[in-house]
Amino acid sequence: MNWTALIVFVLLFALVTVLGFVAASWRRADLNHLHEWGLAGRRFGTVVTWFLLGGDLYTAYTFIAVPALVFGAGAIGFFALPYTLMVFPFVYLVFPRLWSVARRHGYVTASDFVRGRYDSGLLALVVAITGILATMPYIALQLVGIQVVIAAMGFTGTGLAGDLPLILAFVILAAYTYTSGLRAPALIAIVKDLLVYITIIAALIVIPAQLGGFAHIFASIPADKLLLKPPAGGNLGSYSAFATLALGSALALFLYPHAVTGLLSASSRQVIKRNMALLPAYSLVLALIAFLGYMAVAAGVEHDPQYAAYFRSYGANFAVPALFLHSFPAWFAGLAFAAIAIGALVPAAIMSIAASSLFTRNIYKEYLRPRATPAQEAGTAKLMSLIVKLGALAFVIFLPASYAIQLQLLGGVWIIQTLPAVVIGLYGRWLHRWALVGGWLAGMLTGTAMVAAQHFKSSIFPLHLGAFIVPGYAALYSLIINIVAAVVLTLLLRALRAPAGADATAADDYRHDTA
Amino acid sequence: MNTVIAARRWFFYGLLCLPYLGILWVPFYNRIDPVVFGIPFFYWFQFTWIIVTAIITAIAYFARV
Repeated sequence: MNWTALIVFVLLFALVTVLGFVAASWRRADLNHLHEWGLAGRRFGTVVTWFLLGGDLYTAYTFIAVPALVFGAGAIGFFALPYTLMVFPFVYLVFPRLWSVARRHGYVTASDFVRGRYDSGLLALVVAITGILATMPYIALQLVGIQVVIAAMGFTGTGLAGDLPLILAFVILAAYTYTSGLRAPALIAIVKDLLVYITIIAALIVIPAQLGGFAHIFASIPADKLLLKPPAGGNLGSYSAFATLALGSALALFLYPHAVTGLLSASSRQVIKRNMALLPAYSLVLALIAFLGYMAVAAGVEHDPQYAAYFRSYGANFAVPALFLHSFPAWFAGLAFAAIAIGALVPAAIMSIAASSLFTRNIYKEYLRPRATPAQEAGTAKLMSLIVKLGALAFVIFLPASYAIQLQLLGGVWIIQTLPAVVIGLYGRWLHRWALVGGWLAGMLTGTAMVAAQHFKSSIFPLHLGAFIVPGYAALYSLIINIVAAVVLTLLLRALRAPAGADATAADDYRHDTA
Repeated sequence: MNTVIAARRWFFYGLLCLPYLGILWVPFYNRIDPVVFGIPFFYWFQFTWIIVTAIITAIAYFARV
């Protein structure tokens, strides 16, 4: 047991636990309203939104998995850079419209918007279910992140005793999410991000110096991993995989319910726009985190006998914890592990709030209890947030971690299928509501089939175009099928004069601001 | 007058699209040289684009697009 690291870790964990409960009285309001509990009253300014979105989008799993991919596969793992870079101009142009229309009509979820825009309970239900399905394995993956760092501090017990720290961490998380709602992760995100920045700056100063500089680190990477595999023999190889992975992930990111929750809690359109210029600071950090994968290769932690057992259990996901143990004094390794574990709590809280808001607004209130009072609505959401987290916990404890990873891979393919209804819907309603349901179904089926054809190991599908093979991200390919199906069905439905429903929104709703 | 406003808006839309052109054409930057501070081109090229994209988005913000 690494006691020094553990004590630092537990102290920092205790600090954020206190913050989580104190958050209930931060900007005090009646938490028995869903928009107060789940969106913190839509009052977050530029700075809090920056921490909240940063804490929300750059998750613990990102900190573990991106360097793990770089560690194992090399250059292709750097797709995370173009991915996070392409997100911001897209969100800058498109998503302030969602904020405006949500503000005017009191929408809490993307599904609420779809309901109002297209007058279709079915389409809203489909969007809500997709969101919940894509979020659940994502929460489970945050737990995998916590598991890895807990193990790194020497908790290697098996059975219930081995899972006890994880269960404890999650019960605490569930309790303060229940009482404080979105205010808790927003406040904790500030601590989390400060710890992450401290860790990365220290890693950048200490580790390259220990390893003899960047030139030496890159020299230790095998030549075939240092660059992408160039096209050969009619196969575009890693080129198309790299570009489509980045673009597809960028388009999908803000369709995730937890990202929408983060956006809608902002106090104005300008806050969102300003943050799109400020959030790339996290992309820089992510780039540095990706380099940790190469540093782990250069440090040779994989061949160190004291980490051999961990690599057998956790694979490449142990690369970063091993590097920290190898390079930092024990107390600082404890701080870095706390940064990762707290980095798991923030998104897990926001994801469970987002998923429970979707359930409450678009399933419970729509189908089970249409006359629910605001207090009943908030109560249901709080209860659902507990159930969602318990489900994720059970998932991680009782099933192999590879299931969560594979499902999260599918989650990206699924969530992007809501793009036509949500993003195209922000600009007009030419696409027919039933055609959007049809397009969604086509995208879900073909996307899932593409990943299944890779035995759920990869979301890169080798598309055959005549003599060419274009390997690409299944999410992007299936999105194209989705949109083509939606357009064709719209033409058909219009020819049949199928009723288009009434639009609850007006053109002006998409531009208004609080100012 | 309206055409001037529209032209201005499309200029900024074009500006915001630049990062996509810069980063999606992979063959352009999938190489080692020139190496800067020991870092191969493939890596520092992408790193630079993160900064450039942040600047472009900030310009669009201050231009109130």
